[in-house]
Amino acid sequence: MANIVIDRIRKSFGAFEALKEVSLTIHDGEFVSLLGPSGCGKTTLLRIIAGLETATSGDVRIGDNSIIGLLTKDRGLAMVFQNYAVFPHMTVYENVAFGLRMQKADDLRVKAQVEKAAGLLHIEPYLDRYPNKLSGGQRQRVAVARALAVEPRVLLMDEPLSNLDALLRLEMRTELKTVLQAAGTTTVYVTHDQTEAMGLSDRIAVMHGGVVEQIGSPVEIYNRPATRFVGGFIGNPPMNFIKVAVSNGQVAAGGEQISAPKDAGYEVILGMRGEAVELAPLSTGLEMKVRVAEPMGSHLLLTGSIHDQPVRVVLPASETVKSGDTIGLKLDRNRITWLSPESGKAYPALTA
Amino acid sequence: MSSTKPAGFISSRRWLLWSGIAALCAWVLVPIYLVALGALGGRQGVYQWPKTGLPIGISIDPFVLFLKTEGVVQSFLNSLAAAGITVALSILLGAPAGYALARYNFLGKDSYRLLVLLTRAFPLAILALPLTVSFIRLGLYDTVVGVGLIHTVLALPFAALVTQGIFLGVPKELEEAAWVFGCTRIQAFFKVVAPLALPGIVATAVFAFVISWNEVFAASVLTVRNRTLTAYLLTVLSESPMHYRFAGGLMLILPSVVFIFAVRRYLFAIWGISSK
Repeated sequence: MANIVIDRIRKSFGAFEALKEVSLTIHDGEFVSLLGPSGCGKTTLLRIIAGLETATSGDVRIGDNSIIGLLTKDRGLAMVFQNYAVFPHMTVYENVAFGLRMQKADDLRVKAQVEKAAGLLHIEPYLDRYPNKLSGGQRQRVAVARALAVEPRVLLMDEPLSNLDALLRLEMRTELKTVLQAAGTTTVYVTHDQTEAMGLSDRIAVMHGGVVEQIGSPVEIYNRPATRFVGGFIGNPPMNFIKVAVSNGQVAAGGEQISAPKDAGYEVILGMRGEAVELAPLSTGLEMKVRVAEPMGSHLLLTGSIHDQPVRVVLPASETVKSGDTIGLKLDRNRITWLSPESGKAYPALTA
Repeated sequence: MSSTKPAGFISSRRWLLWSGIAALCAWVLVPIYLVALGALGGRQGVYQWPKTGLPIGISIDPFVLFLKTEGVVQSFLNSLAAAGITVALSILLGAPAGYALARYNFLGKDSYRLLVLLTRAFPLAILALPLTVSFIRLGLYDTVVGVGLIHTVLALPFAALVTQGIFLGVPKELEEAAWVFGCTRIQAFFKVVAPLALPGIVATAVFAFVISWNEVFAASVLTVRNRTLTAYLLTVLSESPMHYRFAGGLMLILPSVVFIFAVRRYLFAIWGISSK
């Protein structure tokens, strides 16, 4: 086990810059997700750590030693691939044992490690079978067991659950968390699925266009997005962004005045989570025109507009708002994120 | 099948399938059967009319007599040797080329692929004279090795391009997984890629074998005494009685059939190769 330091990694494919100076530190035993839409560079970064791709410039260190230039096999890591990459010509046992056999481990240790990993992933009944007799979920378990069996310093996972169906994905997600917590391995996990990242990670690095937009705990990222992109990417519904005018350092939200950040100009973007509001009388609240009201059972989802800008708001299921209504909203001041309209970056959180 | 199709549809589909299989089998087997009949029927069997199509009065004697003809066995062995050289060289040279084409991007990859095929663009008839001259100079003229080399040239483009497709069919992730879990590139190739590509490589070998076995022109031009079977039969059979010709034909067909039958497991397996 070891920490990983990613130091100003750049990667270009011809004229295309896949990674623009990415720096990131992942602590020993930590589970960090690289989250972002496809093409954001997250898989490229993972493959650079693995040595399957060479960086244009920059350094990667594991446990204080640079691993750039080392062969993949000498980096002391294990990887779980998106489409499992389980060897079809070997039994499940031999698949899980593969890494140990390459390390020339003696049979006793191989057996012990394989049985341990197989036990964790519940694949003991299939050890004698060939992968083509297994379902996708079982193959993925084999792939994870193969990775854990070598007790790697660092475990890399490249969208390991994306090929599974929704139900199985949920089940495997919970199980992965249990297994990896027990193993305590430093893990880098690439995904485009925010619920996976939120549920599994100690910290999430949100990537976009070859840069890390923000790194932080799931709660931090959800509540205090550093950029407009992060707020819009994380959460369902995504964060609402309303452009509002600033006068005398104040922003009017219905009848209320809220202090805007000190550095704000004439206009500022008010970032607001859909559930960080409550219903208020029209006279004092911020006016919202409801276009569609969708009762979801657990909550009520309203789609409409504030100041002619599209918003989505979540209210308790008990509220009775109908499509076409106009309602007043009271914002939760502590949960507002102010963003600059020019740069799209968040202003530092106000202390009050 | 969750949807229930009308029974008539299914049975007509099955009928179509089996009649197709029967037609294809007949397409291959009937000529072989007739050739065998001619070879084993002796003089009477060949000239008998109308043909019964039944194996009447056959014996192995005419065929054995044919085998005893001077030069037959030697040319048969020559053919086997030439085909062996062709198979070995075209796999040893073609498979690495195919692997490189499948896995690496290099400058001039497309032109290389085209160039490989271009070796087939020159008709052997044009090359025959210069080849003969150079072979005489090199001491390769009238040798089995020389014929094997020429057949390798004929088979190599196919070997390179077919193995390229085979290696493309082995997912790159499997190779990368092997690297991650402790293999060098070469170890990964032999532990993971080669076993999965084996059926396809065997199929390529069969192909190279058949190309060499069937080739007549180069073998005829480049040899005088050490003829391959095809070249030998071409010169001898035109002056032979009919049942000799059939015996020669059968002898040309049989090794291919036996060889393909021996490696059929790999040929069938080639369709299962893309399993993850």
